[in-house]
Amino acid sequence: MRRFSWFNATSLTLGFAFLYIPMIILIIFSFNASELVTVWAGFSTRWYGELLGNEAFLDAAWVTLQVAVMSSTIATVLGTMAATVMVRGGRFMGRTLFSGMIYAPLVMPEVITGLSLLLLFIGIGLDRGVLTIVLAHTTFSMCYVSVVVSSRLVSFDRSLEEAALDLGCSPFEAFRLVTLPIIAPAVISGWLLAFTLSLDDLVIASFTAGPSATTLPIKIFSSIRLGVSPEINALSTIMIAIVTVGVLTASIVSKRASVAQQRDEQAAARAT
Amino acid sequence: MAQTEFAPWNDPEAKPLIQFKNVTKRFGAFTAIDDLTQDIYAQEFFALLGPSGCGKTTMMRMLAGFENPTEGQILLSGQNMAEVPPNKRAVNMMFQSYALFPHLSVWDNIAFGLRRARMPKPEIDARVDEMLRLTRLEKFAKRKPHQISGGQRQRVALARSLAKAPKLLLLDEPLGALDAKLRQDTQFELMDIQEKTGTTFVIVTHDQEEAMTVASRVAVMDEGRIVQVATPAEIYEAPNTVYVADFIGDVNIIEGAATPSGDGYDIAWAEGQAPFHAKTQTKLSNGQRCYLAIRPEKIGIATEKPEGADNTVQGKIIDIAYLGNLSTYHVELPGGKMIKAQTANTRRLSRRALTWEDDVWLSWTNTGSVVLDR
Amino acid sequence: MKLRRFFLLLPPYLWLLALFLVPFLIVLKISLSDIALAIPPYTPTLDIGAGWDSFRTFLSGLDFENFVFLTQDDLYWKAYLSSLRIAFIATALTLLVGYPIAYGMAQSAAEWRPTLMMLVILPFWTSFLIRVYSWMGILSTEGFLNQLLLWIGVIDAPLTILNTNVAVYIGIVYTYLPFMILPIYATLEKLDESLLEAAEDLGCSRITAFWLITIPLSRSGIIAGCFLVFIPTIGEFVIPSLLGGSQTLMIGKVLWEEFFNNRDWPVASAVAVILLLILIVPILLFQRNQQKQQEAEQ
Repeated sequence: MRRFSWFNATSLTLGFAFLYIPMIILIIFSFNASELVTVWAGFSTRWYGELLGNEAFLDAAWVTLQVAVMSSTIATVLGTMAATVMVRGGRFMGRTLFSGMIYAPLVMPEVITGLSLLLLFIGIGLDRGVLTIVLAHTTFSMCYVSVVVSSRLVSFDRSLEEAALDLGCSPFEAFRLVTLPIIAPAVISGWLLAFTLSLDDLVIASFTAGPSATTLPIKIFSSIRLGVSPEINALSTIMIAIVTVGVLTASIVSKRASVAQQRDEQAAARAT
Repeated sequence: MAQTEFAPWNDPEAKPLIQFKNVTKRFGAFTAIDDLTQDIYAQEFFALLGPSGCGKTTMMRMLAGFENPTEGQILLSGQNMAEVPPNKRAVNMMFQSYALFPHLSVWDNIAFGLRRARMPKPEIDARVDEMLRLTRLEKFAKRKPHQISGGQRQRVALARSLAKAPKLLLLDEPLGALDAKLRQDTQFELMDIQEKTGTTFVIVTHDQEEAMTVASRVAVMDEGRIVQVATPAEIYEAPNTVYVADFIGDVNIIEGAATPSGDGYDIAWAEGQAPFHAKTQTKLSNGQRCYLAIRPEKIGIATEKPEGADNTVQGKIIDIAYLGNLSTYHVELPGGKMIKAQTANTRRLSRRALTWEDDVWLSWTNTGSVVLDR
Repeated sequence: MKLRRFFLLLPPYLWLLALFLVPFLIVLKISLSDIALAIPPYTPTLDIGAGWDSFRTFLSGLDFENFVFLTQDDLYWKAYLSSLRIAFIATALTLLVGYPIAYGMAQSAAEWRPTLMMLVILPFWTSFLIRVYSWMGILSTEGFLNQLLLWIGVIDAPLTILNTNVAVYIGIVYTYLPFMILPIYATLEKLDESLLEAAEDLGCSRITAFWLITIPLSRSGIIAGCFLVFIPTIGEFVIPSLLGGSQTLMIGKVLWEEFFNNRDWPVASAVAVILLLILIVPILLFQRNQQKQQEAEQ
């Protein structure tokens, strides 16, 4: 048993209060009847109604969702391929360059990534729109996917693949029937990470989006620059709710799975 | 009537199933297998025995097709296997980690290879059921690998690799993960299954007892070479080198100089002591350095000098290891040489006369020892 | 085998070459070009199609004008210095806030830890923009913090916090806190409790044991956490532009304004190149720390 002290209890309480109070205030005031965001004037769902009637926000949300689904899906495919080569490929020409390009976008300031991609798109005469944002988002999120998937592949028991080959699989079948189902959780979390990063991104999207395509973060940014608005509070609440439900579900599912696995293993050990 | 002995290696007419022909395998600067030539016959239970890093696993992985020889050839039924990928070989492997697919049930694990071979569904069902029966796993067909015990997992791995009825089954430390008691039971089960299915088994192990129990022939390996290939009894009773004698079981090695005498040699082992005599086929020159290998259980121990014994020497008991059924006495000879002698404890403890610091006589016959030149 | 790997490697490799390396080379090239009023607002100094001759003219046409300009106008080097200073102070503050939380998590009962972990990770999945935004309502002159302080009676007149560097620090600590907590927690969680007991047994007080055992053993986590906060903070744009004021100078914001407001692409590119050069040192240090940690674990 570890020692539990008042010091620890206090630091945890204060720490989590710091992390959560701003968001809780945001949520509470999204139900404020008043136009003034910092003065409480009674409960109302008025801002949710106005938000749903705001065509510009809905359009931006739709564009964002499209971009996120497309970019995270392509990024997952490319990132998984990259991870497989990095972990399994051994030595090849240009490996250092490749691993450098995989890790660099993780630490590259967004302003530089955005600027450089914009200059590329202008240089080759590509019209800025949904496509350019998808290209940009795929580029940086595939690196995150590749990191998540490689960390799973590193601990992957290679003899499982050998067993599949030994039992008559072609290398591709071995990947599809054995490797992929086993690393699936990592691939899925890679996709979710890529999806969230894309939903979240303001800077790179601002550089690479044209007038024809505005994403939600760009829309939010341009409206909060002018100050706090109750409509944005409502929008934030919806986004926080979605994320919370998602993360809670994911953690409950994985917790259940690991509890069940532990129980099975204990039962199996006793049966011997 | 006695059964005809199974010994195709002594039959010049017999065609080997596997032939290693001058196989060398290098990993960079490291030579894992060094110019190795060896035949293995159909229906053999062939054990590769050696310490870790001796090349036994590399040999097995070359048979499975996961590694290719740097030089030389491996033939399976006379066919060169160099360009045949693992999934096209009539060879299956049971992995040390078992490598059971965690996302598939026991049934699906066993059916995995059959499905890849595009076998019709009813035949797959029948074959999987047969395998489940053979390995006594019928009750666990629907479980996932993590829901069964270690011993059961081991049997699933065996069933899965046997399902395709391979010509050759490779077993990589198949019992390494089991505890001692279960390991013994499983050894006999393995032999039983090998006999029933008539499959050729090649097993890799570092456990000499396991190799001795299950194998028809044992190959003792060291640094990429096979030092000796023989039946378990021959390996134990007639090792060809000090390395093999020392690797298999317990042994006393006495170094000395040989002088031809009668049907063997006299071996002078210490100043002022009578030489030991040993009968042997080994040819040694006069005065050549040689080694006398004597198993502890071949040495008698007594308080009085035994009458008519071939070799006798006096010493003092330094230590006694009581193992229940046996006791091992560590006896110091004049000049400091330590010799282990083992006796079966057929009497109760209180009736035995020997104890620490006792002066005792050790004795063995002229054929009880083996003369080795290296 | 080799062929399969080649086809597996080709798509991500080409993608990264085309959309990561080439764009970056373009930035490098434009940073060495002259500004022009046309759109795109730079004169391309290299016409790749025209062969060797043009390459030679290109080389002779290269100049470091834009970089010279960066050294002449003190806005830029002040912005770099100020970014480094803000990132440094913010990292130190994040460590001060994050370490006790990570320590408390590691000391809490085992059955609580997954929940606490989730509570730390949850904000990480929520929109960065929203998290920064949530402080705007709290820190403004008529915001909740001022309301609270006035109500308690600590202050008589509302404080100006929003649009100052203080707000920027709060924003950075708040948004980057999970990056600090997680690596430190990971090292503290592995810490063997008996080491502390041994230290106490050998005569340490609890506090000296903490300084002599816990802190040194969580060093790699502290270093990793600090870099994870420090590196992205230098190029941060959202926090200074929403929470900072006119006197908050951060290079990410300068680059953005140079590009979108002044439309001076060559200078923006030169700013980007220098920013990257500044970042290389901490990035390499961070990588070394990670490598050492990995080796130590093996």
